[in-house]
Amino acid sequence: MGGAKGEKPKLILENGLRHDGRRPDELRPIKMQVGVLKNANGSAYVEFGKTRVIAAVYGPREAQPKHIAIPYRAVLRCRYHMAPFSTDDRKSPAPTRREIELSKVIREALEPVVLTEMFPRAAIDVFIEVISADGGTRTTSLTAASLALADAGIPMKDLVAAVAVGKVDGVLVLDIDQVEDNFGEADMPVAAAPALGEITLLQLNGVLTKEEFEEALDLALKGIERIYRMQKETLKKKYLEVEVEV
Amino acid sequence: MSVTPSSPDYIIPKLKAETIASLVKRGTRLDGRGLHDVRQVEIIPNYLPKADGSALVKLGNTQVLVGVKLEVGTPYPDAPDQGVIIVSAEFVPMASPVFEPGPPDENAIELARVIDRSIRELGAIDLSKLVLIPGKKVWVVWIDIYVLDHDGNLVDASSIATLAALLTAKIPKAVISEEDEQIVVDKTTHVAQLPLLKKVVTVTIGKLGKALIVDPDLEEESVLDTKIIFAISEDGKIAGIQKSGLSSITKDEVLRATGIAIKKGQELIKIIEQAVAAAVKQAEAKEEKKVEEGKEKKEEAPEAKESAVEEATKDREVEEKSEAFEAAEEKEESKEKEKEVTEERRAKEPVKEPEEGTEEAEGESAKKEAAPAAQEEKEGQPTEAKPEEKEEEVKEEGAGKKAETGEAVGEEKSSKERKIDGRENLNSTQ
Repeated sequence: MGGAKGEKPKLILENGLRHDGRRPDELRPIKMQVGVLKNANGSAYVEFGKTRVIAAVYGPREAQPKHIAIPYRAVLRCRYHMAPFSTDDRKSPAPTRREIELSKVIREALEPVVLTEMFPRAAIDVFIEVISADGGTRTTSLTAASLALADAGIPMKDLVAAVAVGKVDGVLVLDIDQVEDNFGEADMPVAAAPALGEITLLQLNGVLTKEEFEEALDLALKGIERIYRMQKETLKKKYLEVEVEV
Repeated sequence: MSVTPSSPDYIIPKLKAETIASLVKRGTRLDGRGLHDVRQVEIIPNYLPKADGSALVKLGNTQVLVGVKLEVGTPYPDAPDQGVIIVSAEFVPMASPVFEPGPPDENAIELARVIDRSIRELGAIDLSKLVLIPGKKVWVVWIDIYVLDHDGNLVDASSIATLAALLTAKIPKAVISEEDEQIVVDKTTHVAQLPLLKKVVTVTIGKLGKALIVDPDLEEESVLDTKIIFAISEDGKIAGIQKSGLSSITKDEVLRATGIAIKKGQELIKIIEQAVAAAVKQAEAKEEKKVEEGKEKKEEAPEAKESAVEEATKDREVEEKSEAFEAAEEKEESKEKEKEVTEERRAKEPVKEPEEGTEEAEGESAKKEAAPAAQEEKEGQPTEAKPEEKEEEVKEEGAGKKAETGEAVGEEKSSKERKIDGRENLNSTQ
């Protein structure tokens, strides 16, 4: 994360494709699966290329310690954490400032869709473990967390899907990976609840003009639409399988 | 672990919350400001004698002190020929009844990181000029943000203070011995301005219903749906964004907010430049006087230092416009009549003509009123502090949960959003 190591590679090739052969508006190969853990009430595994994330949800359950409980709604608790083996150099498992911030923005991206008013005084816990980090970990985490919430049967207004748009070699590209993040000019993670038409996470790390920003936002929302469809299919598939078994 | 805060920084009576909301709907605010007006900004650059750069900023009743210190350190291995920037923020307990002693919580960390990114990504500081021994020793620019009094919009106040402090920051004298690569720093002598290439400031836009308001104060923050922070560079580019808060925001609102932020950000940068320039000029005048008085004693010393300062000041002064006095003048007014000031200011904002002789008021007069008092009349909930949970994994609950729910319930739209219909605001995005 951060820090450009070594020489900057060509990020946009002569043929207009990206360093890994993708078109500017192409997502990485995506895998999604729900119900991957036995103990958690809901869980999901999401893979965007070499970025891999497991999310688990516990709750609604009693809020501990008691003083964090809110009388008219459930509290959401969120931990975004990167495994020591997820990065090129081993990462200390102690939470970094970055992880603390991301835990917050991920929580705040989920708050608008979870119907917390239905579970007063309870806690809903979202645990996210990044097991392999290759750029776009917060967006992959968010996509996984929202699947895990749905898998746990927690009522939501909508699913949240997320993706980052970057600017590399002057071109706006969808779903940037580590290399594009390190050597690019901008990284803009966006999350939205497509059915509600609401943006729930928006960050920009880098410099864009107003016009570029608008274009980048559109590009992100288009990507989100595709990821959202995959999320729905993933959830449906699980319950179709259940139906077959029965 | 990040937990939904169980109470906001300020608990507001329902009636007042409703008043704020209905006023905003009609295009005005509790303190008389228009939706896009920033509170009175007061900047005291060079506030601290021991820091290499500093500023005290008052944004309404919010007070933030920023100190910049330069120390010798090692560069990052992946950027051996660049200086290092480290930004941290402290929400000191005196600043609010809800702040508690202890390591920075997620809000302080978020604030510091948002400001860090705005400076870093824009390349605001010329890090290549901060190298002492390439690959081995560089200047580390420590930017420490100290929130002294919390009356809302800490991010913008911190950002303004950071820019002002960076504008005043100077590099201490460092003597490098050739053989053993030892560096001796003379903290009392400064050799040059900290090389600033670009200026950046954040603008926080609050969303309340369908309306967007600039520079929300503490009461407003407690009723906001969400806010979105833009880092704006002097040339009107967006150098960072952070949505922060429990609620979501639509694309149209984001785009509208962007326009407002860019305009306000550029205005703010001008105000900061002028305040700093005025203060520097005043300090210079004082210095000159001193020099003249003690001319015989020592002639050489101040020379180098001053020319550096002068140089830096010069271009800034060229673009100088009305607001510098405005700031100076307002300061006096503000002491007497707190509230009217904002209104008055708005009225005269566009009119004022610049004249010579800004130096008056700025630095000195204001120094007295520095010490703040935590005067929020709030029941401080010792709430959201750092919950050091053990991640005790709960015993499993029933495994199979019915989850038809995952699919959107679409309908839900919070009633709040419903109520507020089209006639949002009299303010145009522009």
